[in-house]
Amino acid sequence: MIKIEDLYKSFDGLEVLRGVSFQVEKGEILALIGRSGDGKSVLLKHVAGLIRPDRGRVFIEGNDMCCLRGKKLEEIRSRFGFLFQSGALFDSLTVYENVAFPLREKTRLSEEGIRKKVLEMLDQMDLIGAENKYPAQISGGMIRRAALARSLVMNPEIMLFDEPTTGLDPIIACAILNLIDSLHQRFGFTGILVTHEIPTVFKFVQKVAMLHEGKILTVERPEKIQSSSHPIVQQFITGCLEGPLRYR
Amino acid sequence: MRFVRKLGAASLLGLKRVGRMGLFLAEALFYASTPPLKSSYLLKQIQFIGFQSMLVIFLTGAFAGMVLGLQGFYTLNRFGSTALLGPMVALTLIKEIGPVFSALMVTGRAGSAMTAEIGIMRISEQIDALELMGLNPFRYLVVPKLLAGIIVLPLLTAIFNVVGIFGGYLIGGRLLGVGEGTYFGEMTNYVDMKDILGGIYKSLTFGVLITWVCCYKGYYSGFGAEGVSKATTQAVVLSSVLILVWDYFMTSVLF
Repeated sequence: MIKIEDLYKSFDGLEVLRGVSFQVEKGEILALIGRSGDGKSVLLKHVAGLIRPDRGRVFIEGNDMCCLRGKKLEEIRSRFGFLFQSGALFDSLTVYENVAFPLREKTRLSEEGIRKKVLEMLDQMDLIGAENKYPAQISGGMIRRAALARSLVMNPEIMLFDEPTTGLDPIIACAILNLIDSLHQRFGFTGILVTHEIPTVFKFVQKVAMLHEGKILTVERPEKIQSSSHPIVQQFITGCLEGPLRYR
Repeated sequence: MRFVRKLGAASLLGLKRVGRMGLFLAEALFYASTPPLKSSYLLKQIQFIGFQSMLVIFLTGAFAGMVLGLQGFYTLNRFGSTALLGPMVALTLIKEIGPVFSALMVTGRAGSAMTAEIGIMRISEQIDALELMGLNPFRYLVVPKLLAGIIVLPLLTAIFNVVGIFGGYLIGGRLLGVGEGTYFGEMTNYVDMKDILGGIYKSLTFGVLITWVCCYKGYYSGFGAEGVSKATTQAVVLSSVLILVWDYFMTSVLF
């Protein structure tokens, strides 16, 4: 379970998070929506313990991520998978080596066992044939799928997705969301999905939270948020120019 | 009053940066002295910093020795002591030129690449990805470079010195007529083990200094391509200046 309590963060005097609180139950995926620059990625990095808050706490299965250091933090992070916006694949390694990397470094599996697991994962991501290519030699969609394979190869309990479909065409974007959904059903991880894929994402998640000006406006079930009477939520999910949100 | 406030703020910022650099080195040394050691990464760095720098070390060593042979001959000739050309070239190379030039060459060739590599990994979130796998980025990115620097710099300096001594002989001996026996024989009379050890100690500390500064600048590089480019320039400039400053202090203590 992920629990966020009254989180505050500012950078050089600019307040990005101003008292964020919500929780995600075990096995649920929560979609985090909100305008660009409202701090969704910053919030996700707090959950992963990559950024420390000015105030507030992030609990992962009862462990306060803000206080953990050293071995204990490494141990908790081993239970995470994180899909970065850019993929963050190691550019000096091939797709195969990228996916094999956490297995080689964190497990005692034989090279044969690693090979079997990596190829199985690449097969699920439809990446067979691209295993010997470097990240610079493959498309954006393939990079995301390879990064997804790398983040899932260790069977994480918690998955954090930072805009996994940004910059991809609608077909690939939908394929990636379908893939996330089927993997969620198979592995049963708890997750937070930062996305702008509205309303497609509502089919795949159990909860939706909207972050606005550093605060959570609402946390609802997808069907409820779609019929929300809140003017900001309604304008955001319909993408309407008229309303309280202004173009910036 | 405003000037004092600005000066105070700048001093505090400077102090904070020095402190952060110090902590970075302390952390790197701690992880370097505790297992596990990523030996395959260390070998790769030895190959990159050491083996791939050999050509540039060979060339600069040869020409530094040749210049010393030429200038030394003309200067010593005025006093009728060209017989001391060998010790003069050898001592200059072993005590000063060898360690300093080798360090400057490694900074230019490998140090800048270290900063750029780590900087690009930082801005493309590859370092974050390592951390999120529960792996310590220091063990993968900093420690192998630090240890490789310590191992490789004395060896490169030794190569520089030997090539330089032969370069000096090529000019002083073959071209200007100082006898082979005189050139090399006098060296054994004037060059002590203390001189050689002093040069090795210097190059060892330069190895730490270069990798420390270059890794630190990459690890905390700014945003985008401009941030990495600035960090790379700063790494080369700061390393080069610190090599010369540190060389002065080492010389005053060792010799």
